[in-house]
Amino acid sequence: MDKVVDLQIWQMAAAYVFVLLLLFIVRRRGINREKEIIISTFRMTIQLILTGYILVYLFEKPNPFFTILVILIMEIFSIYNIIKRVKEKLSSRLKKIIAFSMIIGTTTSLLFFILIVVNVSPWYDPRYFIPIAGMLIGNAMTGISLGVTKLIDGMYAQRNLIETSLMLGATPEASCKPVVDGAFDSAILPTINSMVGMGIVFLPGMMTGQILSGTSPVTAIEYQIAIMLGILGSVALTVILFVQLGYKTFFNSESQLVFADK
Amino acid sequence: MFFIKNVRYKSILDIENLIIPDHKITCIVGESGSGKTTLLKLFNKMISSDGGEILYNEQSLANINAITLRRKVVMLSQNPSIFKGSIRDNLLIGLKFAEKSLAADDKLYEILKMVHLNKGLDEDTENMSGGEKQRLALGRVLLLDPECFLLDEPSSALDEDTEHLIIEKIVQYSKANNKTLIMVTHSKKAADTFADYIVEMRNGRVISQREV
Ligand SMILES: Nc1ncnc2c1ncn2[C@@H]1O[C@H](COP(=O)(O)OP(=O)(O)O)[C@@H](O)[C@H]1O
Ligand SMILES: [Mg+2]
Repeated sequence: MDKVVDLQIWQMAAAYVFVLLLLFIVRRRGINREKEIIISTFRMTIQLILTGYILVYLFEKPNPFFTILVILIMEIFSIYNIIKRVKEKLSSRLKKIIAFSMIIGTTTSLLFFILIVVNVSPWYDPRYFIPIAGMLIGNAMTGISLGVTKLIDGMYAQRNLIETSLMLGATPEASCKPVVDGAFDSAILPTINSMVGMGIVFLPGMMTGQILSGTSPVTAIEYQIAIMLGILGSVALTVILFVQLGYKTFFNSESQLVFADK
Repeated sequence: MFFIKNVRYKSILDIENLIIPDHKITCIVGESGSGKTTLLKLFNKMISSDGGEILYNEQSLANINAITLRRKVVMLSQNPSIFKGSIRDNLLIGLKFAEKSLAADDKLYEILKMVHLNKGLDEDTENMSGGEKQRLALGRVLLLDPECFLLDEPSSALDEDTEHLIIEKIVQYSKANNKTLIMVTHSKKAADTFADYIVEMRNGRVISQREV
């Protein structure tokens, strides 16, 4: 526990044996996935190496401008990723709402976390700001992707129920409440469930990384608890913003259902 | 009273002139696909026309808030949804949506009687038959007590005797309470027996409208 083992190049290379194993399995079974496995291994490697060097540079010269720039790039990348990942066709109004919810939801929870929970100074210290932002934004991205899918699928699946409600004089909000609640619930459920197994079934990635690189497990756990709660807040805030604004894109100003053409 | 002038909706409807009288029973007849459902949806602004004008009590629909209108002109769709839960839940949900005060159980039983549904309020709706669900949905609309009813084939899932009984009940209720009732029906017999006014449609046009 006194000295951190720095991995040698050949040790790193040995880890790629796992990829070879996977490639061997899919080839033997005739599963057509080799290309994706190779590409994603390659991308993971290159992206992490580049990120590593960028972080080294940023940590050496803390600068609020660069910190904000990095957050901005993360936001843009995650929004792009959500829009790409969701299979359903998205109206441009819905895309704007995804972007708005991501940016407002994650920055609000990020600022609260940095300024109040961790109380970093200077506030833009990239050593804290960037990894925490990464986790909050990354989890919000997963949550909102689920929320988008569930909201759209729900609106189509429950179309008749929504119409029935409108005909009885319901406001669009009341008519969509089951769909909106369902989408919110399924989007936050994975985060809630992940807390249950925490520390018993698995050690979360951030904590594992900290422990491996020499931090005391107690400190690592303190951070892990705080970050889990931060993630919960960031997912909840982003998703509630999204669903609350998102259902409105299915209505026009006359409270009539309008669906983006399939 | 509804008054329609030169209304078009996509390539589905094209109606030059149509008057639906106040406090009367109007039946809309015509073969499947002739635009009857689309016409009803125009009346309570579930959709809006692409051209022309629709007046309700001398006021253009364009100037009436859609939700306000739907609380006065309530529509029962051709295949209404039943919500998860009990019969009571399903009757009360309309009042909740319309932001009206809830009704006591006596009133709810009275409604069930009107639609010939001999069931308890606490019974679950899950295992009800198509015809029972249709009558429950009708009861839910009656409970709202609006000025005008738009009923889209309210008895399509019922056998002929029950159909006759129930339409008779709705008609009596409408007359006794001075309601305007607009009903799409596939039953020529029902139209001939109960209607004060019959509108016949074909291919998105009104081909005849007459008093009976
Ligand atoms: N949302 C819609 N978009 C396009 N066409 C529709 C839509 N709804 C109904 N139609 C078409 O409009 C015509 C009239 O439909 P509808 O009003 O339901 O007739 P009816 O109730 O008399 O059977 C039909 O040809 C139907 O296929
Ligand atoms: Mg129809």
